[in-house]
Amino acid sequence: MDTQTRETFWDKAKKDWLRNYSLYLIVSPVILYYIVFHYAPIYGAIIAFKDYLPMKGVLGSPWVGFKHFQDFFESYYFWRVLKNTLVISLTSLVFGFPAPIILALLINEVKKKLFSRFVQTVTYMPHFISLVVVCGLVLDFTRDSGIINAIIGLFGGDKVTMLNHPGYFVPVYVTSEIWQEIGWGSIIYLAAMGSIDPQQYEAATIDGAGRWKQTVHVTLPGIAPTIMILLILKIGGILSVGYEKIILLYNPAIYETADVISTYVYRKGLQEFAWSFSSAVGLFNSTINFVLLLTANWLSRKVNQSSLW
Amino acid sequence: MRTSIGRKGFIGANVAILSLLSFITAYPVLYVLFASLSNPADFLSHQGVLLKPAGFSLAAYKLVFENRMIMSGYLNTIIVVVAGVTTNIIMTSLGAYFLSRKGVLWRNPIMMMIVFTMFFGGGLVPYYLTVTGIGLQNTLLALIIPTAVSTFNLILMRTSFMGIPDEITESATMDGASHLTVLFKIVLPLSMPVVAVMVLYYGVGHWNAWFNAMLFIRDRSLYPLQLVLREILVVNNVDAMLAGTDSFDKGLVSETLKYSVIIVATVPILALYPFLQKYFVKGMMIGALKG
Repeated sequence: MDTQTRETFWDKAKKDWLRNYSLYLIVSPVILYYIVFHYAPIYGAIIAFKDYLPMKGVLGSPWVGFKHFQDFFESYYFWRVLKNTLVISLTSLVFGFPAPIILALLINEVKKKLFSRFVQTVTYMPHFISLVVVCGLVLDFTRDSGIINAIIGLFGGDKVTMLNHPGYFVPVYVTSEIWQEIGWGSIIYLAAMGSIDPQQYEAATIDGAGRWKQTVHVTLPGIAPTIMILLILKIGGILSVGYEKIILLYNPAIYETADVISTYVYRKGLQEFAWSFSSAVGLFNSTINFVLLLTANWLSRKVNQSSLW
Repeated sequence: MRTSIGRKGFIGANVAILSLLSFITAYPVLYVLFASLSNPADFLSHQGVLLKPAGFSLAAYKLVFENRMIMSGYLNTIIVVVAGVTTNIIMTSLGAYFLSRKGVLWRNPIMMMIVFTMFFGGGLVPYYLTVTGIGLQNTLLALIIPTAVSTFNLILMRTSFMGIPDEITESATMDGASHLTVLFKIVLPLSMPVVAVMVLYYGVGHWNAWFNAMLFIRDRSLYPLQLVLREILVVNNVDAMLAGTDSFDKGLVSETLKYSVIIVATVPILALYPFLQKYFVKGMMIGALKG
């Protein structure tokens, strides 16, 4: 029985190869790309369990088990970067996640096509500005002689170079994030609203529902699956605050609130050349992220019947 | 249908909120534009909200266009955008074509292998060691090859390819056309909107990218524009950038210089995107209504 199924599988594989080998040839550069730039680094992550020495290579370096993980968990930085990552993530989840939904609801209420197009064009714009420029502007606007302090000065406030003070980092980070992505984030909700059946609104109107009730009972349920899926992704990424923006914005004076897991990985690995230690921290992070995403997806499927896969 | 007073009030408030939001969004960019056109001395003494340039001077722009670092950065970025997007489009359509075929035994395992990389990765250090291990460091190739395929875009393009009726491609295959011919002569021409979206997504991505350049490029003559911008805006290393300019000009003009650099680096994209907006949006839609 067993050999028979195996035989039929190989027959199938052989027939498939004869029929489709040219397709496999076409996809081979893409597969090669994924092996080299995605799977080789995953394999290379085993240096997290070794003392990596460039001279000896990944294979030749000696195994040390969980030493680097243990060092990380026991270090002072573990709690600091974990706390900062969570604080930044949760703050941007609480303020940044609803923002595009609210914007989309407001735009959806605009009946003048031209005005709605204008608002959309303007609010999408920051998404296309490079991170380097955005962070350069944030640094410039928030320094003591910058425009934000000039405005604060008008109301009698003190002028401070905000990004030299730990307390300002999270608000500045989240606000600039919302500024850059609110418009772009609203597109997907507007698309979802556009695909709601107009008859639902008509029925609601006949039932005497005003615009507010229509929003609560028709529009919001209509975009709920979209909200759910994006929320799963967000929760799955709760421990993956990216390093690019923070590296551009922070400085040692505010590491206390600005240093997150990914920036710590970057500094340890590529500035201090603690290859294995940094890989261990990175591997810890991506494993947690993966588990979180699976959990969020599983929960959502149970509760809501909407899931990523 | 009567419009109640409350309704009218809401409409008015809504327009006001959205107008204010648009203004707040646009103002930083306007500020940069005004500052870049300001007379450096006036700008320095002004400090604060600008509703028009303080004085008027094109000195900063002159300096930008005379600056060798900025101009070589511009050139490098253009090279990377053109070569990078070409690579992206070829690789992504090869992958998307394969993944959109029916009756292929290994299609779904390969699809899973690709999608998995969206959710799990080896991390920064192993990635760095891989790229330098194959000798890409300090070449512009390091900015092109490691980003040859974006999984998100690949899936988006596959979704679009799957919308092409089988009869069209099958009849071509019957007539003896190879898969490459079908892809480049039939599938791609039928998918021009999604190709446009891809060109834009990848193009903007390459134009704005800086991190790989910071990791892999040592030679300053190979710096792309964003890395030069980082030196000026974030590291505040204006002096090194302006070596060779005489010092009096330098002191004053460096105040407005950074704004004019931002304008010069950002205008190509900001000028294009309102016209391309519908394509971007279309791309988001294809992605949203996952296949």
